[in-house]
Amino acid sequence: MDIAVNILLTIATAATPLLIAAIGELVVERSGVLNLGVEGMMIMGAVGGFGAGHLTGSPWIGLLAAIAMGALFSLLFAVMTLSLATNQVATGLSLTLLGLGLSGMIGTSFVGQPGVRLPNLDIPVLTDIPVIGRLLFGQDPIFYISIALTAAVMWFLFKTRTGLTLRSIGDSHTSAHALGIKVIRYRYLSVIFGGACAGLAGGHLSLVYTPQWVENMSAGRGWIALALVVFASWRPWRVLAGAYIFGAVWIGQLHAQAFGIPVPSQMLSSLPYLATVVVLVLISRNKRLTMMNTPASLGQPFVPDR
Amino acid sequence: MSADHDGANLLEVRGLTKIFGTLTACDHIDLNIAKGEIHALLGENGAGKSTLVKMLFGSLEPNSGEVFWNGQAVRITSPGAAKKLGIGMVFQHFSLFEALTAAENIALSLDDGSPISSIAAKARALSFSYGLPLDPDSLVGDLSVGERQRIEIIRCLLQTPQLIILDEPTSVLTPQEADKLFETLERLRSEGKSILYISHRLEEVKRICDRATVLRHGKVVGHCNPREETASSLARMMVGNEVQAVVRAPVEGIETAQPLLEIRGLSRKPATPFSIPLKNISLNVRAGEVIGIAGVAGNGQGEFFESVSGEVLQQDAASVRIRGKDAGGLTITGRRLLGAAFVPEERLGHGAAPRMKLSENLLLSRHATDGKVFVSSGGMVRAAAIYAAAQRIIVAMDVRKSAPDPEAAALSGGNLQKFIVGRELDRRPSVMVVNQPTWGVDAGAAAHIRQALIELSRSGSAVLVISQDLDELFEISDAIAVMHNGELSRPMPIAEATFEKVGLLMGGAEPGHAEHTLEPA
Repeated sequence: MDIAVNILLTIATAATPLLIAAIGELVVERSGVLNLGVEGMMIMGAVGGFGAGHLTGSPWIGLLAAIAMGALFSLLFAVMTLSLATNQVATGLSLTLLGLGLSGMIGTSFVGQPGVRLPNLDIPVLTDIPVIGRLLFGQDPIFYISIALTAAVMWFLFKTRTGLTLRSIGDSHTSAHALGIKVIRYRYLSVIFGGACAGLAGGHLSLVYTPQWVENMSAGRGWIALALVVFASWRPWRVLAGAYIFGAVWIGQLHAQAFGIPVPSQMLSSLPYLATVVVLVLISRNKRLTMMNTPASLGQPFVPDR
Repeated sequence: MSADHDGANLLEVRGLTKIFGTLTACDHIDLNIAKGEIHALLGENGAGKSTLVKMLFGSLEPNSGEVFWNGQAVRITSPGAAKKLGIGMVFQHFSLFEALTAAENIALSLDDGSPISSIAAKARALSFSYGLPLDPDSLVGDLSVGERQRIEIIRCLLQTPQLIILDEPTSVLTPQEADKLFETLERLRSEGKSILYISHRLEEVKRICDRATVLRHGKVVGHCNPREETASSLARMMVGNEVQAVVRAPVEGIETAQPLLEIRGLSRKPATPFSIPLKNISLNVRAGEVIGIAGVAGNGQGEFFESVSGEVLQQDAASVRIRGKDAGGLTITGRRLLGAAFVPEERLGHGAAPRMKLSENLLLSRHATDGKVFVSSGGMVRAAAIYAAAQRIIVAMDVRKSAPDPEAAALSGGNLQKFIVGRELDRRPSVMVVNQPTWGVDAGAAAHIRQALIELSRSGSAVLVISQDLDELFEISDAIAVMHNGELSRPMPIAEATFEKVGLLMGGAEPGHAEHTLEPA
């Protein structure tokens, strides 16, 4: 039983950074902006979080630093694509490349240094309940943030007026502008929110997952988060499902490899990607829902004609 | 209703000028709109009406000139600022969100925090009281042009503005719907609201407008009281010369002519929960005749056009036959290769790729049928040949533009429509199917397009025109059929057809009228 609980906990830990980064990117794309810089913002969050935690000794300050780092880095993207109307794809790609390089440079002195870890939740009695105690009341704080964030984003996008406005901008920025909606302001805020989320996801890597600094430690998770958003057809609960399927298959194949199953390890390593794509494609079969949820102005620069 | 010129002006415009590159779209425009008047803005495509209105609504910034609102000098820097002043606008090119419901679209333009559920109820009530029925829960992407316009109008009215700008509001309404709209406008006028009314339908302007300002080539060429003018004198002011009347010579012996387009028992299940199923539609269009299909927006015309053009394939290949060959299983290109040509309803995004040049748009629709001319055997595009063909169409259809080969989106609606229709006519197709040929197009351009369609039929082609404009259908058709709720009535020869008969069929006076069978050919 303990083994099962441990496996479930590792799945949650593997899924959490994907979920947070993907939820942030989902909001960005719902506003009609495609930010391919998730990986870069994530790694900047990881190095910032580790650095601040290491220097102050407080993982909580590290957490805040990770969020701030991601947000700040995304501001660069926002200024380029929104104020200067550069190509979003090219700018996002350069953001990733810049983030990977810059974080390596910043982190040179952090390599091999001891990190600080965010403590897991520990509530007397509750956490000690067999099986569900540790699953529900004994995980790291970012896990709870990720679940709350998903619920909050769902509520925001589909139940609030501001969320409706945000979706309308993603559907047609010209129509939104014609109604007097401040397109650029909404998009700035969305991009910065997405950056903060990516930073938080990076912070999870260097403050919870493996509390140390390793160059390129995001290891492509930003790209997976981006793909999750598309395959989940821009719906928050599907992103949650996708992140956890990916996490589950990922952990499962690691155990399978350790077990020595006679299947080439490369095959096993590709399983999480394959399984996630297949499942999300299957649940997105409804063309009509997909049409309704795809932001039609995604990736198009907006320049109001004056 | 006489307008008080001495101080009751809601809006005064002095010397408003807008320059795009070398083109002066608006040249020192003066305009006064009094409180409680319906003011018409008349002018041909490209006369500067849209540019002027966009400046008044804050989506374009004037190069010079002044605007006074209730006597105060104001700068309208954004649509938001215009709304704050109390200016509402119903756009010609709709500013709706396709992926949202009607109620959500309406909610977005309202600033109060009322929940969407109450907006839906409010919109439904308002739409019924103004005779513009509307289902607030329907998705805009599934609605026809006419239904979308209703949302625009309701949305504008819910904001309770002081000045309402309507850009070609009746071009997609039935006569009855338009009457309802006029009642609404008169009601608003009696409430002291002002209306700036842009239309190319001169009879309408004569009927409801108190004053008119006429624009030509970006300049004000006259002010008048439309009630004291005739339709032709108004047209002369707009165009600068007489508008050619459309001539339709009667056809003889059409009964024996070869049917080039045959629709046989065409049925289609609804593609989305909101769309209309087609029920057993049968129709023959013979060489030499124009058949018009009338109907209220959203009764299956869009679905019918998609089925005929090959955007949607049919199970039964014989349900659509072009020049005697089964075409139901063929794609658009396959049907084009049989000699058919299609002009869809939406100009931008459907009829033409907005950000591509006219010559490129020409290649897009004709690469298969005119492949030898436009593409070399090595697969390279022959730019010079395409450019020459595009110029030929531009000259033939009198397309007015600001550059030799501009992007499609840079043309005004009417000029782009002339190009799109001209692009197909240029092939001399033996079957031509057009959906809303002159929607939002001014009198001069519309007459040109209609005449061209008639001439095509008289040269031996079969022409099928789907339109919501009854005047247009009576002008060009040899027979009129009516589509209602996915069913098509038997075509009525033009000599027997009256507005009343067609109007009754449009309202569904003859349910199940699709049950007729074709007489043996």
